[in-house]
Amino acid sequence: MSAETVEKAIVTKSAEALLSKRRKKLISDPLVDDNPVTIQVLGICSALAVTTQMKPTLVMAIAVIFVVVMSNFVISLMRNTVPGRVRIIVQLAVVATLVTLVNEVLKAFAYDMYKELSVFVGLIITNCIVMGRLEAFAMGNKPYDSVLDGFGSALGYSWIILAVAFFRELLGSGAVFGVPVYDYISSLFGPDFTLATNGLMVSPVGAFMILGIIIWVQRTKTGYVEH
Amino acid sequence: MDLFNLGIRSIFIDNMIFAYFLGMCSFLAVSKKVSTAMGLGAAVIFVLTVTVPTNWMLNEYVLKEGALAWISPGLAEIDLSFLQFIMFIAIIAAMVQLVEMIVEKFAPALYGALGIFLPLIAVNCAILGGSLFMAQRDYTLAESAVYGFGSGVGWLLAIVALAAIREKLKYSHVPNGLKGLGITMLLTGLMGLAFMSFMGIDL
Repeated sequence: MSAETVEKAIVTKSAEALLSKRRKKLISDPLVDDNPVTIQVLGICSALAVTTQMKPTLVMAIAVIFVVVMSNFVISLMRNTVPGRVRIIVQLAVVATLVTLVNEVLKAFAYDMYKELSVFVGLIITNCIVMGRLEAFAMGNKPYDSVLDGFGSALGYSWIILAVAFFRELLGSGAVFGVPVYDYISSLFGPDFTLATNGLMVSPVGAFMILGIIIWVQRTKTGYVEH
Repeated sequence: MDLFNLGIRSIFIDNMIFAYFLGMCSFLAVSKKVSTAMGLGAAVIFVLTVTVPTNWMLNEYVLKEGALAWISPGLAEIDLSFLQFIMFIAIIAAMVQLVEMIVEKFAPALYGALGIFLPLIAVNCAILGGSLFMAQRDYTLAESAVYGFGSGVGWLLAIVALAAIREKLKYSHVPNGLKGLGITMLLTGLMGLAFMSFMGIDL
């Protein structure tokens, strides 16, 4: 190969669009077809624990997006210098640092939210999605691609937990984002009409049921069958 | 007596899986056979019983506000509690490694049985969750040991029960979309409903 063709190859390689087809796929795949929660069965713990209401769920989703994207970026930068034997410890240290950061920010600026989420912010460290993306993607890919991949996976996780939270809050406490929807509806039908809330939805049982049904619907639509 | 009550509480009422959803990933992934579920459950009990008291000591003598006063009174104002996550996860990872080496050396048969599960436990949220709850609830050393052991037993109960159901489930016709994870979630919900009956018990 002459120097010219090599140069040409480098130019075409570096000229890949900022959001090329392959990169768009990195973001869009985990949303439906390869969703981390419903297809890969990762990150279920926190998907259920914080979803009694929409607001804490949204905070949790943002926290997870931040941690996954940043840890993917940092680990991807370090991927060639970290020896294989100690990589898990290094990954845990990076993730734990980022989670501590999130925790301190919450403590300083949103103390009520910090109290409400309690230990579940800390448990982002052991959220399998974070470690899973680091192991499966960031250890072998360039920083920019890793950021996109992490963003896609975290978004896939976020919309699932928001969906679970929507149904749990609506059916369990008759509200959406704290807005009492049930009260509005029943006031339309006169004073004697009331919509009853279902206490089971607030309890852990409701979380399992709602997520089970969401998985059922989602897998039926995508045609994914587990053997 | 209080310790005994705490043990019962952490097994049945505050069950790691049904009340706090901790350790769900391995709970769902390793509950296809009763024998492997038993192995993982035993490993979780072991690691929880070791790490929760260890982290208690770390928290009490190093991390808490004013905990360093035992070295010299001048250090009494230092508050290292923001290091909690990193230190806890480091202790857990180190303990798991240590446990793995000890088991490999002195009980090769057990190591063969637990083998692949031991390293997995380092990233099981039930383990880190146990330590974080311990710190949040201000347990004493004895209480944290009982709490760690009890939570482990509760986790083992849950995973073995689910594995037993899933073994039978192989012979039934489940709709395609519900196969695997979907039906397991619904089953766990029903089991949680059964465990909710313990909630009224006041210990």
